[in-house]
Amino acid sequence: MRRTTLLAMQVGVGLAFLLVWHLLTAVPVSGGKPLFDPFFFSTPLDVLARTWKDLVSGELWYHLGITLTETVLAFTFGAIGGIAFGFLFARREILASVFDPYIKAANALPRVVLAPIFALWFGLGIWSKVALGFTLVFFIVFFNVYQGVREVSPVVLANARMLGMNERQLLRHVYWPAALTWMFSSLHTSVGFALVGAVVGEYLGSSAGLGYKIHEAESVFDVTGVFSGMLVLAVFVIVIDTFVTAIEKRLTVWQPGTGAATAQG
Amino acid sequence: MHAPAQVKEADSPAVRLSQVAITFALKGGGTYQAVRDIDLTVGASEFVAIVGPTGCGKSTLLNAAAGLLKPSAGGADIFGERLSGLNARAGYLFQQDALMPWKTAIDNVAVALEPKGVPRAEALARGREWLGRVGLAAFADRYPHMLSGGQRKRVALAQMLIRNPQILLMDEPFGPLDAQTRQIMGNLLLDLWAQDRKAVMFVTHDLEEAIALADRVVVMSAGPAARIVGDYPVSLPRPRDIAEIRLDPAFHAIHKAIWATLRVEVQKAYAQGEGANA
Repeated sequence: MRRTTLLAMQVGVGLAFLLVWHLLTAVPVSGGKPLFDPFFFSTPLDVLARTWKDLVSGELWYHLGITLTETVLAFTFGAIGGIAFGFLFARREILASVFDPYIKAANALPRVVLAPIFALWFGLGIWSKVALGFTLVFFIVFFNVYQGVREVSPVVLANARMLGMNERQLLRHVYWPAALTWMFSSLHTSVGFALVGAVVGEYLGSSAGLGYKIHEAESVFDVTGVFSGMLVLAVFVIVIDTFVTAIEKRLTVWQPGTGAATAQG
Repeated sequence: MHAPAQVKEADSPAVRLSQVAITFALKGGGTYQAVRDIDLTVGASEFVAIVGPTGCGKSTLLNAAAGLLKPSAGGADIFGERLSGLNARAGYLFQQDALMPWKTAIDNVAVALEPKGVPRAEALARGREWLGRVGLAAFADRYPHMLSGGQRKRVALAQMLIRNPQILLMDEPFGPLDAQTRQIMGNLLLDLWAQDRKAVMFVTHDLEEAIALADRVVVMSAGPAARIVGDYPVSLPRPRDIAEIRLDPAFHAIHKAIWATLRVEVQKAYAQGEGANA
């Protein structure tokens, strides 16, 4: 399918959804009332108008900035921690064996229950949200890097050893790139989780950020405000994801299937 | 870079396997003896091909000479010295793709000089020179997945040879390639080898390839506990052309003699059901 056709169809689905929503909530049927009560469902035009108002007033940018900061910090610390421990555990089998049950237990724990604890420890500012995002990102990156280092092709490894590489050179030329590959393959997921950590944290207790804005609107039954927050969140996620895709394309240029030419013969 | 072989070393063969046996522990208990009673000598500038039925432990033997596997009995002497750990004087060409997929062709070749402490700029320059020698000068900046199977083998060849190893260990290196590419690679290998005649252990299951390339063809029996059952000199003149030498009557005579031995082993292996798995 051509790119433009695809894009047109994608936009079409969005418009169709908005149209149905509009018809159900804003067009009066018998009795002078729409089929769905706008108090519960708002209307697309109200949501857009509210979002526009917040954008123009600058209030939204402040909250977006807070959420973005938390997301970036959570991702950075989570990725650094995950890479470091993933490497360590993959190269020191004994550590992996000893800590295995604890890591599984920690990863299985629903992070939401940690949010109040983090709020207690780190306060209601950004750091409790960063901590929540960290616990999500860390495990994704950790497991991927661990896997990546352990599953380095034995042939590539044997070849590198036959080339005379010592442990440090193996680390640099073989293990490290292999681990990064796996980390990048989970980049979308981990960035997404960093954002989830930030928003959920804000939602549960804060005074700024997108999650806070949504929570604030919910507490006064302002459905338009809630949907406006969700809309902004959705656009925000798509922008971040596009950014991540661009980074990924640059960093995984050596991998097959990234659109690069393949020679024949 | 290694110093040129010294006089004392010149007397010692490049590789001497003596009474080598290799036994693997199987998962779930038990053991599997891959090879036994192997005595094999490869001279300092000798090209030895090892043929045998599938699963006879040819590669195992190569790994023992490389130091990737420790023999359960006997040992390997490299230029008269007992091998312990990896064989630093050997280069290894694997059957499977062994290039680092995250490095371009030039980086894959140049990185082979890093363990020797060659500065990066010099390593890159020599890497380009070697890529030129294997006919890939124009492909230096391609990643392995952008190269064909034959081109990847050329890069691997350059990566192995740039270190100037005194022993070349090759494990069915051209096995995955199509027939024409195999011939081209065979001729390329002979050209490069003829320049300084390293010791070569070349494992293959293709008898014609073995005869066309080697000075000597060693035949192994069917596994398990494979042994050497034949050792034939190939006195065909050099330089050779892989495709043309097959038409030589002398080639046919040698082929006939070796095949008489090899056929028995291939049939044995086939009867054991080994013929079904590669």
